[in-house]
Amino acid sequence: MAQKTIAGVTLEITDDGYLADPSQWNEEIAKEIAKEEGIELTDKHFQVLKFIRENADSGLTIRKVGKSGIVDIKGFYDLFPGGPLKISTKIAGIKKPASCV
Amino acid sequence: MSEKKDTQVKKVAIICAKGTIEDVYAALVMANGAVMEGMEAKVFFTFFGLDAITKNRMNKLHTATVGNPAMRMPGGLPFPTLLGALPGVEAGVSAMMRSQMEKLDIPPVDEFLDMITAGGGEIYACKLAVDMFKLKKQDLSDHVIDIITIGDFYAMAGGEGSQIIFT
Repeated sequence: MAQKTIAGVTLEITDDGYLADPSQWNEEIAKEIAKEEGIELTDKHFQVLKFIRENADSGLTIRKVGKSGIVDIKGFYDLFPGGPLKISTKIAGIKKPASCV
Repeated sequence: MSEKKDTQVKKVAIICAKGTIEDVYAALVMANGAVMEGMEAKVFFTFFGLDAITKNRMNKLHTATVGNPAMRMPGGLPFPTLLGALPGVEAGVSAMMRSQMEKLDIPPVDEFLDMITAGGGEIYACKLAVDMFKLKKQDLSDHVIDIITIGDFYAMAGGEGSQIIFT
């Protein structure tokens, strides 16, 4: 576990770069993490992040996000290229999902 | 992340030659898992694996209840092969397996192919097997990019960090 200052807040970060405490998250932190991933967050991104945070404990899958009514799976890949579930959960400040789908 | 210097897997070329639920899903989960991690994935369906991309068969795959020593009854007792041979048992067990997977948010085959291709995964059918089973392009899922030879598939399976996987 390491500490890192993101958007002026000192945060505990897990070994693979996820926020240790999801309650410390805010939109500014999300923007900073997204920038590190090469993503400029839009309203659409934030809608997805909201869904992800609300469903963080229900076994998130790409399929579930695809059925959220916010984006389809293709759209999810387009918003968070190179690993949508992995990257979006990191930006959403929740723990890394252990999901194969 | 650790300091290991292993070459990252960047691409998987998966060959699926069998048509049981478990063989097909092994291939689909591996392909989907690859695109989810930002890797390239290509899947080549051949012989009975073609059932997984044949429109009228893909969502009706079975698991073998005869000759499958790992098969268990609900509760864990061994599943007698003679029971597995009774009419309807294989269909019932297969339906049960599919519903168990649905509970884990693992989709039916057609939707799984939607997911894999939405992530950039590519689906191919084996020419030899398609000819042998007398199938036509229109019998196959619309996600099938092309019907190709194994040589064609090898030709696109190369590159640093690529792996060929046979299920």
